[in-house]
Amino acid sequence: MASLITCPHCGRRPTQEFTIRSDASLKRPAPDASQADWHDYVFLRPNPRGRHSEHWHHSAGCRRWLVVERDTVTHEVYGVRDVVSDLAGGAR
Amino acid sequence: MSSFRLEPSTTGAEISFTFDGKRLKGRAGDTLAAALLANGRQLVGRSFKYHRPRGVLTAGPAEPNALVTIGSGAFAEPNTRATMVELYDGLEARSQNCWPSVDFDIGSINGLLAPFLGAGFYYKTFMWPKAFWERVYEPLIRRAAGLGRANHLPDPRRYEKTWAHCDLLIVGAGPAGLAAALTAGRAGLKVILADERFERGGTMLNEREEPEDFDLGEVAAELLSLSNVRIMMRTTVVAHYDDGVFGAVERVQKHLAQPDPNRPLERLWRIVTRHTILATGAEERPIVFAGNDLPGVMMAGAARYYLNRRSIAPGKQTLIFTNGSSGYALAADMEARGLTVAAIVDPSPSTPWAGKAHVIDGVVASVSGGRRPTSASVRQTGSSETTDTFAVDSVAMSGGWSPIIHLACQHGLKPVWSDEFAAFMAPEQGGLTVAGSAAGLSSTSACMIDGAQKSARICADLGRAISPAFSGDTETSKAPRPLWHVANPTGKAFVDFQNDVTAQDLLLAEQEGYGHIELAKRYTTNGMATDQGKLSNVNAIGILAEARGLSPDTIGTTTYRPFYTPLSFGALSGTHVGPHFAAVRRSPLHEWARKNGAEFVESGLWYRSSWFPRKGETTWRQSVDREVATVRASAGICDVSTLGKIEVSGRDAAEFLNRVYCNPFAKLPVGKARYGLMLREDGMILDDGTTSRLTDDTYVMTTTTALAGPVMTHLEFCAQVHWPDLDVRLASVSDQWAQMAIAGPRSRDILSEIVDADISNEAFPYLSARDVSLFQGALKGRLFRISFSGELAFELAVPAGFAESVADAIMQIGARYDICAYGVEALNVLRIEAGHVTHAEINGTVTPADLGFAKMVSAVKPDFIGKAMLRREGLVSQNRPQLVGIKPVDPSHVFRSGAHILNKGAAATLENDQGYVTSSCYSPHLKTTIGLALVADGPNRHGEEVQIWNALKDEYCVGVLCSPAFLTPDGRLNA
Ligand SMILES: [Zn+2]
Repeated sequence: MASLITCPHCGRRPTQEFTIRSDASLKRPAPDASQADWHDYVFLRPNPRGRHSEHWHHSAGCRRWLVVERDTVTHEVYGVRDVVSDLAGGAR
Repeated sequence: MSSFRLEPSTTGAEISFTFDGKRLKGRAGDTLAAALLANGRQLVGRSFKYHRPRGVLTAGPAEPNALVTIGSGAFAEPNTRATMVELYDGLEARSQNCWPSVDFDIGSINGLLAPFLGAGFYYKTFMWPKAFWERVYEPLIRRAAGLGRANHLPDPRRYEKTWAHCDLLIVGAGPAGLAAALTAGRAGLKVILADERFERGGTMLNEREEPEDFDLGEVAAELLSLSNVRIMMRTTVVAHYDDGVFGAVERVQKHLAQPDPNRPLERLWRIVTRHTILATGAEERPIVFAGNDLPGVMMAGAARYYLNRRSIAPGKQTLIFTNGSSGYALAADMEARGLTVAAIVDPSPSTPWAGKAHVIDGVVASVSGGRRPTSASVRQTGSSETTDTFAVDSVAMSGGWSPIIHLACQHGLKPVWSDEFAAFMAPEQGGLTVAGSAAGLSSTSACMIDGAQKSARICADLGRAISPAFSGDTETSKAPRPLWHVANPTGKAFVDFQNDVTAQDLLLAEQEGYGHIELAKRYTTNGMATDQGKLSNVNAIGILAEARGLSPDTIGTTTYRPFYTPLSFGALSGTHVGPHFAAVRRSPLHEWARKNGAEFVESGLWYRSSWFPRKGETTWRQSVDREVATVRASAGICDVSTLGKIEVSGRDAAEFLNRVYCNPFAKLPVGKARYGLMLREDGMILDDGTTSRLTDDTYVMTTTTALAGPVMTHLEFCAQVHWPDLDVRLASVSDQWAQMAIAGPRSRDILSEIVDADISNEAFPYLSARDVSLFQGALKGRLFRISFSGELAFELAVPAGFAESVADAIMQIGARYDICAYGVEALNVLRIEAGHVTHAEINGTVTPADLGFAKMVSAVKPDFIGKAMLRREGLVSQNRPQLVGIKPVDPSHVFRSGAHILNKGAAATLENDQGYVTSSCYSPHLKTTIGLALVADGPNRHGEEVQIWNALKDEYCVGVLCSPAFLTPDGRLNA
């Protein structure tokens, strides 16, 4: 696990200031999506070896939710983005 | 003859200390180990398993034998390496692992049991009968084994933790580290140079002379003059984490006879650096031969330190067993001081030697003696028998050098075997450079040139090009072929001194199929002692490799993990001890509650007022019963400031609330409060509370005390991740507002005297919520007409700083109306009587329907958190445990929360379980215990008699299920 995370708002901060939630690639299904889709979204979590993107909350900092892309094997951090910039750049 | 000091007067001021109660003299600048050796005290401890006599083996952090307890009482610190303890006046040291004394130890009888204590003995011997393990074997082993004893008294000393940041961290202030620091310091980099010793110089301290062009004093003086270089002595870098973060422990005052009580004893550092140089040096390897553990057998490099730095001779007749040049350097140093070297034994002699001592091409077959060596048998190369026997009083050994590379291997990278250096070398990695003897170099000048050159390269990389402080060639000499152990030993030949693991044990492990390094480690316990195998691991790998006919590379190493050396719990805890172990949150009404006599209860980090005993009340129940009765009869005031308060604002605040609550919020009018249920995405209730609309686009939400934080986090996730397109802002205002409940029939009368506006039922009906002016405009507050107790009630929020004065005023005015302060216990009784739920019921397994809130759940909202999964089959089953009231059939019977509900006559089995009591209390109005319970199909079973069973407390009574509302809607008790 990384020791330091560079928050786009607060700069380089110790990992202990953050709280990890889960896989950031999961998208909340539409309200009328199938029960199977909802089941997958709520209960199933990948545990990949290698590159992984997660939602991290800068809970002891700016209180923004971030997307941290990191490697679960090498611990390398590829990037940290605010969730909103993530959406703006992608599937918004 | 034992070890002794030559020319004592030249070595520093005389100071006194005690060892096992005996007063001894040492010299300032001695380590405890040096002082013991100077006193001829070579036997300092007993070994772990066989209780063999042991003495000082090294002069550094790898010491496996000379472990002592320093200090006494609460200050006692066991398993301290005497080689790392700086002597101070009055130091108290005690030997360990021996009884009644280190000189006569009953446990040494274990040595006679040795045939039964070999590799895997835990697994083989103590197998049967099974029950004996816990009751007999383990306690016996624990008492007999183990090293020092931890004391159980609170540590009165202070510790702290802190951070440091730099461009270049240099670990080790030996020739390589000093030269690297000088180079980078001149280049203007922010440098931290850390070393665990108290003297700069590293292995230079072992040398008789400094090399040319390296004046230690000059280098140190220049470093000290550079403000960008921070030298941290007595600081062990113990851990290497990701992103250039290192852990280090600084022994701030451990060397002082009179530590300053206002300063920490130790300081734990987290050092963040851009680049690191490991100049950690190399560890000299023992040679594995019979009798290599006798007190008086010492590492050659250590003997050089004691002789050259502390003027201590190992003895008068020293045999040197060396594979490589180290032993020759010692021989030269000894002869220069007029000491006798009995012989130099070298299995592959190639070092030039012009001294007096005779060099024998061979090995030491055994060293014998009782508590110190008396003779040594030498076997010449090519011979299978002893060829020479020497009368000796001390032995020095050197099996070669292993680079100290722990910090380079602590996150998964494995060391790499080098045939050239006959050693495991650090794996290459970004951000970390290994220099000096940690990189396999041997001479002081090569190390210093290497450190300077590598540092210069880093400076250039970091944009500060500079020429190295020293330059020249860094030629390396090929290491001799390693000698992992002397074959066919005639006695115990130790690999791991601290855990008493012999070469024979490792060979047995290999024979029995535990030859894999990780298995052999656990089977023999090699490398598992407090020294973590610093001296033993490489020899163990070599022995297993040789036995299996493989290269050490194929065997590989065990896993390196932090910490490099043991750390005190004090350093790890820092200031987080005693009252500072956890933060304390006090309500803004804490002082008000205290002066009204409150008893407090811990609730998370909060201290909440629990009840307010009055004169004559001797039990908590008397106080709580009175408080409940007073609220129902007249009025009470309760601190509810610990509730979470979140302001939700923005154009889309209404829409946002509508999506996070399962019940409708879009049409809540300004000036109104509404009870809301917030679900998790899986359909279970997350939290409940009221949310009030203060203006068109401003709401204030309350959460339960326990979930104030998690709800905020949840809302932020919803706002930022799910619906970033909504214009909504969230602000926690929990600490800004104090909040008090004023409940009871006279509550309106009391509040009317401080609230400026009309709060009659017409003007301020049920669920009103408004900003109000108080005390004729002196203060602004927020008033809510909400009730948790079932009575006419209000909640008044005021800015936290005014809380105490407002509560005082209410108490003063309320006195005319017989007001009382009530705490969370009475609040709990009031809410159970009213059938209101808390987190006792909202326990993560309940849906709105389970608590009777089915009708609140919006059927028309297109989406809200939890909507989709609430449809799941299992969540709509009639047989789900659902909320009911419960009371005993015989009012004198008592039951408790947690008790299970069974049908009448049913046996207590899992299949027969109908549910459980979630909350219970004594109701002073009903004069009986009442409770809330979650019972299968509960709402359709009111009036049914059931068994209430609590196996834990061995309690059983007959109860009857009823409506959870023990009060009728008009406020009368539903008795
Ligand atoms: Zn931040």
